[in-house]
Amino acid sequence: MINNYAFRKFKNRLFFVLCLACVVIAIVPLLSILYEVIARGAPQLSWEFLTQGPGTIGVSAGGIGPAIQGSLILIGLTSLIGIPVGILSGVYLAEFGNNRYASAMRTVNDVLTEFPSIIVGITAFSVVVLTMGSFSAIAGAVALSFILIPVVARTTEESLKLVPNSVREASLALGAHKWRTTLSVVLPAAKSGLVTGTLLAVARIAGETAPLIMTVLGNTYFFQGFGQPMDALPLRIWRNALQPYPELQAQGWGAALVLILIVLALNIGVRLASRGRFRK
Amino acid sequence: MNSKENTEKSYTEQMRPDVKMQSIGLNAWFGQKQALKDINLTVKANAVTAIIGPSGCGKSTFIRTLNRMHELVPTAKMSGQVLLDGKDIYADEVDPVQIRRRVGMVFQKPNPFPTMSIYDNVAAGLKLTGAKKGKNLDEVVKRSLEQATLWEEVKDDLKKPGTSISGGQQQRLCIARAIALQPEVILMDEPCSALDPIATAKIEELIVNLKNDYTVVIVTHSMQQAARVSDFTAFMYLGQLVEFGETSGVFENPKNELTEKYITGKFG
Ligand SMILES: Nc1ncnc2c1ncn2[C@@H]1O[C@H](COP(=O)(O)OP(=O)(O)O)[C@@H](O)[C@H]1O
Ligand SMILES: [Mg+2]
Repeated sequence: MINNYAFRKFKNRLFFVLCLACVVIAIVPLLSILYEVIARGAPQLSWEFLTQGPGTIGVSAGGIGPAIQGSLILIGLTSLIGIPVGILSGVYLAEFGNNRYASAMRTVNDVLTEFPSIIVGITAFSVVVLTMGSFSAIAGAVALSFILIPVVARTTEESLKLVPNSVREASLALGAHKWRTTLSVVLPAAKSGLVTGTLLAVARIAGETAPLIMTVLGNTYFFQGFGQPMDALPLRIWRNALQPYPELQAQGWGAALVLILIVLALNIGVRLASRGRFRK
Repeated sequence: MNSKENTEKSYTEQMRPDVKMQSIGLNAWFGQKQALKDINLTVKANAVTAIIGPSGCGKSTFIRTLNRMHELVPTAKMSGQVLLDGKDIYADEVDPVQIRRRVGMVFQKPNPFPTMSIYDNVAAGLKLTGAKKGKNLDEVVKRSLEQATLWEEVKDDLKKPGTSISGGQQQRLCIARAIALQPEVILMDEPCSALDPIATAKIEELIVNLKNDYTVVIVTHSMQQAARVSDFTAFMYLGQLVEFGETSGVFENPKNELTEKYITGKFG
């Protein structure tokens, strides 16, 4: 009896220790990456680093201004295309999606959510880059939109499904049209979920690299126009990491830190949105 | 369009001045399951008609056919006619949205719009339907809340969320929201079942007053409530209308054995 109890206690301890070990295994690499990025990237940060273009090898590495600018333009342009389309698709699936077409669309959407981003890049390359005859900011935004839209559509559908049906019925019973009910009653009720999901999706596309290699290509200049190649933080990090020059590698670490900070800022935005004044 | 409506209305009013709504041979289904069987019932104008019967007998389904809310359930079907001022609300050319503006509804569970203030909840009907043109919203909100006997309690908190008040107050807010559109008929589906006795008493008093301006149909599982507030009572059982008549008659002298068993509490 006592033996039995001791054994059970031991099993309990063992299980706890195993869980702890798993957590440590998961967290240690993450922390070491973060430590490395901060330790190597932070010394790079300066006003010139953030605002100036790349310099001349041997003289000075210069800054990553074009990459930051390019990333912000990509995030903005992608949001402009992807968020409205994604939200409208999600609204269709949640509010009007009681038919076979919607089920098919839902399945396709789920597959797209898990699509390898390099394939998205190749698709955008053949559809936009080859048609326009040039790598371009637009092509990059289209590729990132392919990734953003299914995620936003999914979160929108989930958030709208959480709105109780009694709220819709209240509006319809007043003689409001279905579209008006969706727009003025259901969407506002789902707002905090929508904002959270959308920001998280945007944070995800901010760090995408593979689709950008095939679409915006990257260069060393500040913004040249939407139809022209453009630099972006993930591209800058990738290119600099392949360089033999230590000062360019160091610049890459600085760019990595900036990218992490942007993603972090979006995540903090999510926290504020899901608890602060946006909350219903 | 208005003048046409008016002439048709006065024509039917000449025929049956006291009948506001009427169901004729009404059947309703959810998928294969028939929820209403051949319901023929008249709703008198400026009176309270109560619908009683055991749970699941089709009371909610019936009143939801009166403002075309029934058809919003994906599997729902119906057949038969429902007349409003003598005209079939299921006729091909009739827009269900227009019917719902004339026949308002209050639900079992108070359901104020969670993102709107008390004020906006009352004004919601006018805003959502675009009917606010040329109307003084402040006045409509005040008058509706007064009619719903809620004004004194919330007049200093109009900016607060509609969900921040008590359940009984929320239900009166929902009544105010329905009244604000000045419908002709107000349907209430067990409006007090989620409320305490004091809040229930307030709403019952309000219902009796409402019939001066509106025609009221109320579903209730409380026979005492039906006896207190209604002029006419319909007893339903297993999707059928078993008995209908003046409330005093139905309660004191039921014609059908089932009705008698039900109101004396032998089942239900
Ligand atoms: N949305 C629905 N889908 C399928 N069946 C339903 C639905 N709503 C009601 N029913 C069925 O229809 C019958 C009548 O229901 P209801 O009108 O809600 O009864 P009551 O309001 O008198 O309790 C019940 O048997 C119920 O199970
Ligand atoms: Mg019911």
